[in-house]
Amino acid sequence: MSEQAPFTIEQFYKHINQGKLLGGRCTKCGKVHLPPRPLCDNCYSKDFEWTEISSRGKLVTYTVIHIAPAQFQSMAPYAMGIVQLANGLRILGMIKWVALEQIKIGMELKMDFGTCQVAQPWPQWPRYCFKPA
Amino acid sequence: MNGKPLVSIVSVGLSKFGKLEGLYAREIFAEAAKEAFDRCPKLDPKKDIQALYVGHMGESYEHQGHTGATMADWIGLGHVPATRTEAACASSGAALRAAICAVRSGLSDVVMVGGVEKMTHRPTAEVTEYLAMASDYPFEQWNGMTFPGLYALMATAHMHEYGTTERHLAMIAVKNHYHGSLNPKAHMQKEITLEAALSSRVVAWPLKLYDCSLITDGASCLILTTPELARKFTDTPIDIVGSGQAGDTIGLYERKSLTSVTAAKVAAEKAYEMAQVTPSDIDVAEVHDCFTIAELIAYEDLAFCGPGQGGSLIERGETKLGGRIPVNTSGGLKAKGHPVGATGTAQAYEIYLQLTGQADRRQVKDAEIGLTHNVGGSGATATVHIYRRA
Repeated sequence: MSEQAPFTIEQFYKHINQGKLLGGRCTKCGKVHLPPRPLCDNCYSKDFEWTEISSRGKLVTYTVIHIAPAQFQSMAPYAMGIVQLANGLRILGMIKWVALEQIKIGMELKMDFGTCQVAQPWPQWPRYCFKPA
Repeated sequence: MNGKPLVSIVSVGLSKFGKLEGLYAREIFAEAAKEAFDRCPKLDPKKDIQALYVGHMGESYEHQGHTGATMADWIGLGHVPATRTEAACASSGAALRAAICAVRSGLSDVVMVGGVEKMTHRPTAEVTEYLAMASDYPFEQWNGMTFPGLYALMATAHMHEYGTTERHLAMIAVKNHYHGSLNPKAHMQKEITLEAALSSRVVAWPLKLYDCSLITDGASCLILTTPELARKFTDTPIDIVGSGQAGDTIGLYERKSLTSVTAAKVAAEKAYEMAQVTPSDIDVAEVHDCFTIAELIAYEDLAFCGPGQGGSLIERGETKLGGRIPVNTSGGLKAKGHPVGATGTAQAYEIYLQLTGQADRRQVKDAEIGLTHNVGGSGATATVHIYRRA
């Protein structure tokens, strides 16, 4: 089924909803896109296959947000970081389930797919986060 | 074209920067335009100006898009082709680049370029959301990222890799507030102490309130023409001799470097090459200090020092007035203020004053070559321009 699914942001988040982190591998040049894109930015091919990406990685850098956007204000202060996954791909996410002062560059994290329902017409994407591995 | 002037600046204008209550963006732009017209009595705006480019980031602030036409209308430019450029915080840096192209193409001999933003009438939470629109929505904003947060990610990475400290960042804030105290058009004209900067409240750790630029209203503009026509309008034109613009991924997380703004490095290399100057030739620079870490990284990207040496450059006072390479003599985005769309050409305004010897108490002695560095978002757009006394 997922082989035919379009290589879009919408589909990326559908996979997250199912507890899976999937990227799009270009079948022509082999580049893996996370998030997926419908056009390979390396060779301009439109032929991709889904590839499961390990959701474990290392923290590359982080911040603690004190002044948050309106819809996140009740969670502040919260940590956000860029995580480098096993195969060198990087993704940004909130870091939860750890005391803020224990967060360190290089620490091992894994993705938490815990979804929250979003009461708005668009978008209705889930929200993933990271927690200590 | 290497080393030769691309275009000449024959006049400049800048509104007061600050909380301009009761004024609409177009009215602030008219204030900047009036200064540019008054400075150049030989220019007949209605007859001579053949195109207008305006940098403007957000229509949300005033519920007003179509900024090119609106500004042209309010400064009496009638049927002149007027175009808005949007490249987040580099909107008027990109407008300047477009205006240079318009003159160089031969299509327009005299072009006005500027920028405007009216922000302070909106609550801070709303402004924060509008500014965040310059970042990636599905993978940054959606997850709770903020604009200060993105620069904080770069700050943490820089500290980790090079030992840069919060104190280094605070020193940049102190320097720019000192410069701002000498600029009658700056939003904040008072000095701050290192202790005040270090103890201000955390916005996005490690960045604190005094590491962040100001939410400001303001407008800026320049009048450009060909180097051949410049002396018809003024005896003291300033030439633009280098122009670089570069891009990068919209998401910070996909960039190869988190301790450098690669787009700015690429743009700077192009501008230096075009101008046939080296970083050590630059007498004065206005750089995009939307956050203090952005100025520190700019020192390195513009090769005023090597990678990781930004901290010691500010520590030695080399970027302060009187130092080897004074940076942000206007007060920068930090103290002069950051009306987003106006910033790129406001930087050029300061360099024009410096190179024509009109910078008063903040004049850099004998400044001959200047540089501006304008960054959009977390670095998906960057423009660098180099200026020289004609």
